[in-house]
Amino acid sequence: MCSRPEPPEPLRRVAVVGGTHGNEMSGVCLARYWLRAPGELQRPSFSAVPVLANPAATAACRRYVDCDLNRAFTSAFLTARAHPDDPYEVTRARELNQLLGPKASGQAFDFVLDLHNTTASMGTCLVAESSHDVFAMHLCHHLQLQSPELPCRVFLYQLPGEESYSVHSVAKSGLGLELGPQPQGVLRADLLARMRALVAAALDFIQLFNQGPGGRDGLRHQASHTGTAFPAFEMEAYRKVSSVDFPRTETGDLAGTVHPQLQDRDFEPLRPGAPIFQMFGGKDVLYEGESTVYPVFINEAAYYEKGIAFFQTEKLTFSVPALPGLAPAPSPAP
Amino acid sequence: MTYHVVEDPIKKVAIFGGTHGNELTGVFLVKHWLENGAEIQRTGLEVKPFITNPRAVKKCTRYIDCDLNRVFDPGNLGKRMSEDLPYEVRRAQEINHLFGPKDSEDSYDIIFDLHNTTSNMGCTLILEDSRNDFLIQMFHYIKTSLAPLPCYIYLIEHPSLKYATTRSIAKYPVGIEVGPQPQGVLRADILDQMRKMIKYALDFIHNFNEGKEFPPCAIEVYKIMEKVDYPRNENGEIAAIIHPNLQTGNHCALRILCF
Repeated sequence: MCSRPEPPEPLRRVAVVGGTHGNEMSGVCLARYWLRAPGELQRPSFSAVPVLANPAATAACRRYVDCDLNRAFTSAFLTARAHPDDPYEVTRARELNQLLGPKASGQAFDFVLDLHNTTASMGTCLVAESSHDVFAMHLCHHLQLQSPELPCRVFLYQLPGEESYSVHSVAKSGLGLELGPQPQGVLRADLLARMRALVAAALDFIQLFNQGPGGRDGLRHQASHTGTAFPAFEMEAYRKVSSVDFPRTETGDLAGTVHPQLQDRDFEPLRPGAPIFQMFGGKDVLYEGESTVYPVFINEAAYYEKGIAFFQTEKLTFSVPALPGLAPAPSPAP
Repeated sequence: MTYHVVEDPIKKVAIFGGTHGNELTGVFLVKHWLENGAEIQRTGLEVKPFITNPRAVKKCTRYIDCDLNRVFDPGNLGKRMSEDLPYEVRRAQEINHLFGPKDSEDSYDIIFDLHNTTSNMGCTLILEDSRNDFLIQMFHYIKTSLAPLPCYIYLIEHPSLKYATTRSIAKYPVGIEVGPQPQGVLRADILDQMRKMIKYALDFIHNFNEGKEFPPCAIEVYKIMEKVDYPRNENGEIAAIIHPNLQTGNHCALRILCF
């Protein structure tokens, strides 16, 4: 994702997207609610637009109708000529690209927040393409500071050389919120409340950024000695390295499942020799990599058909540069 | 005074998986036992593993046209076979032919129907008839064998809420429900629990056939009283969700959170 243009502008066009996957209920319910009552999404300097990304899948309470919407935002899909036989989600991606994009253009939305759930025990996870989006990294940092008692991890999912494909890649900057564990089609009050609070905190951060140096009283960010509102910091994140499939029979059926010692251990170190799968006949399959990795999305229901039992990530720490704040403004925009 | 009940030995047992195609523990246990059935064999007993809804299993969905576990009533079972019938009704008639017919002498003695739930129900055995002494003894045996792992007994005997299950075509229908497990996910711990429940059930049948006597026992059951739907808006969408206190099992207050 490109870094913010210089000089920085306030973020005016912000969207909060739910129902990109129609059976991930926190986002579905919040998007439906905000479409009826958007007041909560308003801030003095902007109003975030709620979007129900995949209405047909949401109505059927399925992940997708024809294909995964959150993989459909590549230039190949977006720029190809429309055809009546196109998959539903490809047509929908083009509509969303017109609404929130066009991707990689000056008219694209400033920021898109995309709400997801997972059946994996990932707690609160912030999903970004890479560390290059400085604004998104500062937002993650802000969200992490909001609830220090609750682990809130950053997952970087873009592989080297890979084109971006997600809903939020359409905008100039964006972030996915991934909360779990929650079964598909099930709505849990605790995750719903947490998702709602995270969205509120994210919009508060954008408001904070938009306000410029005038109005930071009572909020956590301290101006550094150089006068920057959003100083540089060190961020810890988990970067995707590869995926590991389930053990399968010759016909492609499962031959075993995630080992009890790996189940629910998202973000915990997986060391060479540790068990990862348990075959139906009872045998253990061990992790045979050379180095410690950090598995995420362990036993996510939607990934069985993608041939993914879990992702291997590396844990890294990197510097995030200061985020240039806005010049002081006389008053918030109407 | 000794109280004798003479029962015929159990001969034909079936284990059903995939009645709901996305409840994976039963699907994979049955598939495994179809490949290698050693674990479910007992001398003198025919134990047949069987996938009841293969099309739903292939699509990893609960059902294709309608819920298979609701259509084993005489009305649906008696309909004239036709391509226009919902897939599950046609399938129910096939299953009734293979393992029933329901309410006849030829039907299977026992059918275990394997299910998962997203709810936090642990290991649950489902009883359809409170006067079925044989199954009450079996459930007592399974519960005792599983201890200290809790095992709950859910009684669905109710004039209007009892439903026509796939297993109801057998003389002794047993529902096995283990959760919480998301649909479309296979957890090793849940698999292990369900596997143990089947093992103890088959051990009980074997012991019974061998003439073992089971002294009088009592079991605690949770009996269905009513169904509670979510509050809904004018479009039928849910307008409120299970309160966090109820979600985690605190039953002191039954409240609904509105938003």
